[in-house]
Amino acid sequence: MEDTGKEPLLPAPRGPLSTAVANHLRGIGPLPHDEEVAAAPVYGDDFQLALYLCYELHYRGFAGVPADLEWDPDLLRTRGALERRFLAALRADARRHDRLDDALAGLLVEPVDGTGVSHFLRDKGELWHLREYAAQRSLYHLKEADPHAWVLPRLWGRAKAAMAAVEFDEYGGGRGDRVHARLFADLMRDLDLDPTYGRYLDAACAELLVTVNLMSLFGLHRSLRGALVGHFATVEITSSPGSRRLAEAMRRTGAGPAAVHFYDEHVEADAVHEQVVRHDVIGGLLEEEPQLEADIAFGVDATVFVEDRLGDRLLADWRAGRSSLRTARDREFTS
Amino acid sequence: MPNSPSDTPRRVTVRRKGPLLVEGPVEVELEDGTVVSSDRFRVALCTCRRSRRFPWCDTSHRARS
Repeated sequence: MEDTGKEPLLPAPRGPLSTAVANHLRGIGPLPHDEEVAAAPVYGDDFQLALYLCYELHYRGFAGVPADLEWDPDLLRTRGALERRFLAALRADARRHDRLDDALAGLLVEPVDGTGVSHFLRDKGELWHLREYAAQRSLYHLKEADPHAWVLPRLWGRAKAAMAAVEFDEYGGGRGDRVHARLFADLMRDLDLDPTYGRYLDAACAELLVTVNLMSLFGLHRSLRGALVGHFATVEITSSPGSRRLAEAMRRTGAGPAAVHFYDEHVEADAVHEQVVRHDVIGGLLEEEPQLEADIAFGVDATVFVEDRLGDRLLADWRAGRSSLRTARDREFTS
Repeated sequence: MPNSPSDTPRRVTVRRKGPLLVEGPVEVELEDGTVVSSDRFRVALCTCRRSRRFPWCDTSHRARS
């Protein structure tokens, strides 16, 4: 099958692994050897972009890349090698809670003097910070809720019904103009960003790629359905207070009504989603499959780990007065 | 219509901590007579009275550290 002309362009490679995968997608050159996969820094730009390229074939693909390469056995083999290393690193590096309640407890307490990205943006964020944040996050928000939809066939009964209800809300409750990915595109226009899908892939830092690859990893593997649910719960639990701070940042900087609305909507929506995910999705899944508790806790812990890394990276750049974006053309308008 | 939603009782979920969950759509009449509505599949109504988006829950009930 040929592409439809609406797919994003292949990004610039960031090293030997992503070069080899991109070349394979173009029909030229061999895929990376296992030794190369084993040698690259696992959270680095090259490794994460190579994995991102493999995953993107399951979403919207790339211009000029045959859609059937999604199920190319050679590429899947490479993807598997990348995934095994990525998963092993996450299991080794994320803080581990054996009990799910312990993993969730920290998320359900709101720090009075928080120091995260949303606190920074609320208190000190300038328009260029907000633009950078939106450009980075667009890699997820323009496919918001998509990686989580893959878990639906792997759930039963109460968990499935609740997960589908939350996803229905994410997809605008049946209305195209309320799809959360669409609301984010409207936010991007308010911020004078280009809402074209994939436009900021070259600009996104490795730490951002890690957060999106984590969702794709959990979403695409039935064996990681517990981790996917734990990940989703983490996003929904932390989103509401974070979105309130981001809405305040958008208001204070005069970012525009759609930019404010995106985060206002998430304050309310995710306060509901948190309740439904914790009690019905997790509760229902644990009724059916109590052995998944440690996997759900791992999904929570891994999400906290990758989000903390991203937050540290963005704040380190911004506190030093530096752009967090990799591409010079995107940095220019921000300063 | 036996299966019409209007024939089935609307479920309200009450928990010791956290908001009241009501199956949507919902209209809420506030003290000053204002009516606000939400057409979400489920609506979280603030019970701690701390929400800045009252009557909707905004997670302000959470413990603070």
